[in-house]
Amino acid sequence: MYRYDEFDHTLVSERVHQFRDQVERRLAGELTEDQFKPLRLMNGLYLQLHAYMLRVAVPYGTLSSTQMRKLAFVARRYDKGYGHFTTRQNIQFNWPKLEETPDILAELAEVEMHAIQTSGNCIRNTTSDQFAGAAADEIEDPRVYCEIIRQWSTLHPEFTFLPRKFKIAVTGADHDRAAVRVHDIGLQMCRNEAGEVGFEVIVGGGLGRTPVIGQTIREFLPKQHLLSYLEAILRVYNQLGRRDNLYKARIKILVRSEGIESFSRMVEEEWSHIKDSALQLPLDEIARIENYFAAPRYEHLDDNVREFEVKRFEDREFASWVRTNVTAHKQPGYAVATISLKPVGKPPGDASAWQMDAVADLAESYSFSEIRVTHEQNLVLAHVKKADLYALWLGLRDLELATPNAGLLSDMIACPGLDYCNLANARSIPVAQRISERFSDLERQHDIGALKIKISGCINACGHHHVGHIGLLGVDKKGEEFYQITLGGSADENTAIGKIVGPAFSYDDVVGAVEDIVDTYLEYRTDGEEFNDTYRRVGLAPFKEKLYAAH
Amino acid sequence: MTVQILTANRLGDGAVVYRSQAGEWTARLGESRVLATAEDAARILAEAETPAAALEVVGPYLMPVDNAAGEIRPVEMREFIRAKGPSNRTDLGYQAENNSPSLVG
Repeated sequence: MYRYDEFDHTLVSERVHQFRDQVERRLAGELTEDQFKPLRLMNGLYLQLHAYMLRVAVPYGTLSSTQMRKLAFVARRYDKGYGHFTTRQNIQFNWPKLEETPDILAELAEVEMHAIQTSGNCIRNTTSDQFAGAAADEIEDPRVYCEIIRQWSTLHPEFTFLPRKFKIAVTGADHDRAAVRVHDIGLQMCRNEAGEVGFEVIVGGGLGRTPVIGQTIREFLPKQHLLSYLEAILRVYNQLGRRDNLYKARIKILVRSEGIESFSRMVEEEWSHIKDSALQLPLDEIARIENYFAAPRYEHLDDNVREFEVKRFEDREFASWVRTNVTAHKQPGYAVATISLKPVGKPPGDASAWQMDAVADLAESYSFSEIRVTHEQNLVLAHVKKADLYALWLGLRDLELATPNAGLLSDMIACPGLDYCNLANARSIPVAQRISERFSDLERQHDIGALKIKISGCINACGHHHVGHIGLLGVDKKGEEFYQITLGGSADENTAIGKIVGPAFSYDDVVGAVEDIVDTYLEYRTDGEEFNDTYRRVGLAPFKEKLYAAH
Repeated sequence: MTVQILTANRLGDGAVVYRSQAGEWTARLGESRVLATAEDAARILAEAETPAAALEVVGPYLMPVDNAAGEIRPVEMREFIRAKGPSNRTDLGYQAENNSPSLVG
């Protein structure tokens, strides 16, 4: 893992002192709320429905056990005993007090964490593949470049007041687990014809009220030019992005209105001036950062682990968990374990302080003290010996964290929605809870197979509904909560925006509608077809018929 | 009848508060001062937007309520949730203290 150098330490501790002073001045009436609001937002502190909300950055979703224990401590000491893991691989606390927030930030700084750039019109936390460094299908560990981007983008003086927020994602594998095509910039590591590793650069993707799939602006960018090229894109955006209209201010609107060729020409022109500047990444600097992400000290093991196979044979529940929550590791004898934060009937992404502490302990025992947060609101232990999987599973089961549903129907993304969020029009969490209760029979979920349901409580699309196989968007209809359903979305290498199936369903009817959609899929699917395969083959018509004929 | 009350979030902890009949900020929606006329509402809102008031609360605004049955009840789902707490966690927010309007009735 990356460890702070003296610059990082200084920067973060100075920010804590600065914010403490700002809070004191606000409480003393020396700053008005209008003056203070942008300052608190620069430190991730929002005001939501019931209380303040503090969003803490988890850079590219990687946490140490020590950091996880600190999050548990913050949840227990300063909040109401839990936290919420988000689609940007961050964590949010829902009940911090303004007066105590500087203390929270000081606690976080002790373990090299902060809330800088988790809000505001700046470059946000760069997200990545939760299996980075472990995935069998990976070219290189993308977190090396996420960290380089973090260093470049943190307090970048030119990009502190962009037209709008800016999100970057990096993946090192062909199978895209980081949704790079729906980011402002997506970086897909790839090889050129000479076998050198670089990036395919994708620009102008995004969700929100105008969902757009990003377009490739450069097929191959050599590594050493990463920062200069990003800087060129950001400069063009910073200059031409629509500051006059909040809803048209994201880079996706600029790329679409200019056209990718014209936008690309402007970027190339800007790049020509800075390509060989100090932004060029020296190879020894890349190597220095790579060292932080060096593979842990794996034991040399046979990939065929007898005790694991025996347990899998003997214990059906364990086998079921292995089937969905365990993924192949590149190192023989090791595996990647996904810890589902989606137990039946529970809010997606929430973890209690005691669960966080216990996961930190399990990571220490079984996965080199390292934990990942996924953009699908789960946790991952990335380097578990196959021989330890059974013991890990037993430990997780005691914590109610062993639900065998990763990638299945109940592994939903849901935004906080109207239960917490000031922007929401409708609730998301209770809809997710009711869906998971309706499909609580996990054997039924295994029969249904891979299925992604994503729920947003408003058009801002924090719940990624556009790219759910089944997407639910909460809308307000004359004071009542309704849910518009989209089908056929996808966030992976086959990114697609879902299509609206028809009129919205009420809060009471939406769960039944989801079940009708699933039943229709099961009725029409042929062997081996996943939801979107069937949907693309049969189209919206059979789903519409089932949904609206009876209603 | 739909009338209005004044609500805000408390500066120190962000908690939901209402302007009471006694002219103070209260956590109890039922203690709210009911503002029956637009003039009353505008005056009470203006009082909450002064620098002195900003030492106590953030973002004051008027919200519609129904007081037909002698009990002040929010009209909008958002305000029910603010008055009670997250609908999925009845152990959190004012509902945990049995200090919130019921969603039924």
